[in-house]
Amino acid sequence: MAYLQLKHITKSFGDAHIIKGVDLQIQKGEFIVFVGPSGCGKSTLLRLIAGLEPITSGQLMLDGADITRLPSGKRDLAMVFQSYALYPHMSVFDNMSFALKLAKVPKAEIRQKVERAAEQLNLTAYLQRTPRELSGGQRQRVAIGRAIVRAPKVFLFDEPLSNLDAALRGNTRVEIHKLHKALGATTIYVTHDQVEAMTLADRVVVLKDGLIEQVGSPLELYDRPANRFVAQFIGMPSMNMLPAKALASVTRLAGGRVPPNGFVGVRPEGLRVHPGVGVGVPGRVDLVEALGSDTLIHVDVEGTTMVARQNERTALRIGDTVGVEIDPNVLHLFNQDGQTLAAQGSPA
Amino acid sequence: MPNENHLAHMARTLGAWFAALLLFFPLGWLFLTAFKTELQAIHVPPLFVFEPTLDNFSEVQRRSDYLLYARNSLITSVVSTVLGLLIAAPAAYSMAFFRTRRTRDILMWMLSTKMMPAVGALVPIYVLAQMAGMLDSLSALIIVFTLSNLPIMVWMLYSNYKDIPPEILEAARMDGASLWTEFRHVVMPLSVGGMASTGLLCLVLSWNEAFWALNLTSAKAGTLATLIASYSSPEGLFWAKLSAASLLAIAPIVVFGWFSQKQLVQGLTFGAVK
Repeated sequence: MAYLQLKHITKSFGDAHIIKGVDLQIQKGEFIVFVGPSGCGKSTLLRLIAGLEPITSGQLMLDGADITRLPSGKRDLAMVFQSYALYPHMSVFDNMSFALKLAKVPKAEIRQKVERAAEQLNLTAYLQRTPRELSGGQRQRVAIGRAIVRAPKVFLFDEPLSNLDAALRGNTRVEIHKLHKALGATTIYVTHDQVEAMTLADRVVVLKDGLIEQVGSPLELYDRPANRFVAQFIGMPSMNMLPAKALASVTRLAGGRVPPNGFVGVRPEGLRVHPGVGVGVPGRVDLVEALGSDTLIHVDVEGTTMVARQNERTALRIGDTVGVEIDPNVLHLFNQDGQTLAAQGSPA
Repeated sequence: MPNENHLAHMARTLGAWFAALLLFFPLGWLFLTAFKTELQAIHVPPLFVFEPTLDNFSEVQRRSDYLLYARNSLITSVVSTVLGLLIAAPAAYSMAFFRTRRTRDILMWMLSTKMMPAVGALVPIYVLAQMAGMLDSLSALIIVFTLSNLPIMVWMLYSNYKDIPPEILEAARMDGASLWTEFRHVVMPLSVGGMASTGLLCLVLSWNEAFWALNLTSAKAGTLATLIASYSSPEGLFWAKLSAASLLAIAPIVVFGWFSQKQLVQGLTFGAVK
């Protein structure tokens, strides 16, 4: 049986239906990432699991017990907030030991647990400082430490890295990954950042408008998206979505299996841009983005813009005529409702 | 031009001193008059230099029991402040952290009760006190002071609590804190300043309260306000003794206010900005 089960969870605030029916099974030790655009309900879903908001209807089971109506403090869950939510008037030690003190854990045991967590997070030197005296990254580690010492059944992370700068975000992400490997704890992590989703998750749950669009491992979502939304949400830059009607030349490549109002999807790395005409579909360069490691070339083909990615630098400039070669083996076909028909071939 | 700035600065400083002295003058004059004889007190032109005397103070203590009135003032102020805080804190907490559509309306309504002149409620309150056999009792004053100050206390504490990020309380909840634990270990430490300012302000308001003290009490439960009023008698105005009585009445609260002025200002301006 799954460790954490969400059975048709809904949440409404008055007339606003935020979560419209979510079913999910999470295994023990899994790292699950909720990802989706702003307003999709991922944070709300996390807060429902945490018990910070009451569930309107549905059932929440943890380790065989029904926790649907249980108060947050009794669910044996720990949460790391986006804004860290540290107690400003307490030292790092007191912040991390607060929950244990409330649970009447013996002082010696508290000290041992806090010191161990502090060591894991490189916070030992800061135990007597208050949050005011710490940097953003240190505060985030204290927030994580506060969750670790409780050894909860499930860790909940609500966009913990959003307030950090890019470099720190990268480092802390790696630390979270290592921590998960070391602790093996069941984790639910909410983010709008794809890179975090792809690198941290065992499975990703893509949410949109209060419903699950797809659940799968990061690469599953990347290679076999269930619909247009997931196809375009996962992957940076987004998958090129070409309307079948607009680009007859592309549709032909799909061998006639695309319905008239459907779409052909191809990832940027599935396109090859050749200078001049002759190879592939003719187009005109709209924009060149040189990222250093990659180059992104935006090409206008018959009124539709496609983005191609290549490893090499390019001498192409805006306005140049080019030919876009599309690998027919990596096309994703979608019907007019946006559902996937088939993904051709396997990724390169 | 540095010179102009200097001049402007001087002008501002002088202006500020002038305003301050103007505001302080009544208190200062009161202080001086308390140490004069009655004749010196009504002297024209007013005397700034004279031989001080302590006769007025001993007369005040002899004629009326200053210590009793002072004790009553202290008891009514302190008890009404503590009672007020005990009621206002949970009220403000619920309004700050469990807002509904009506929260703002309730707060405005509370504040609106302060807009009515006290005299409008005099008759009903007097009758109620009489029917309850509470005329000339400290309890009546304590109840009235508490209720009069509650709107202000709730507002000030509400403003204070709103500044606490709600995620911190959620974190406490996740850590297993009950409502009381949340309040005791998170909200209170973070709002100590605000609660102190609120308490101080209400202490001062209760101490200085004269209307209800005069109307609901006489010999037994009279406060220092009634002491002062008793010196404006049909026999005439005894300026020197009146000043001495007034000085004795306000001295404790002025000294107290002096030492806690930072908190008081913080509390007052805090509420105003929100």
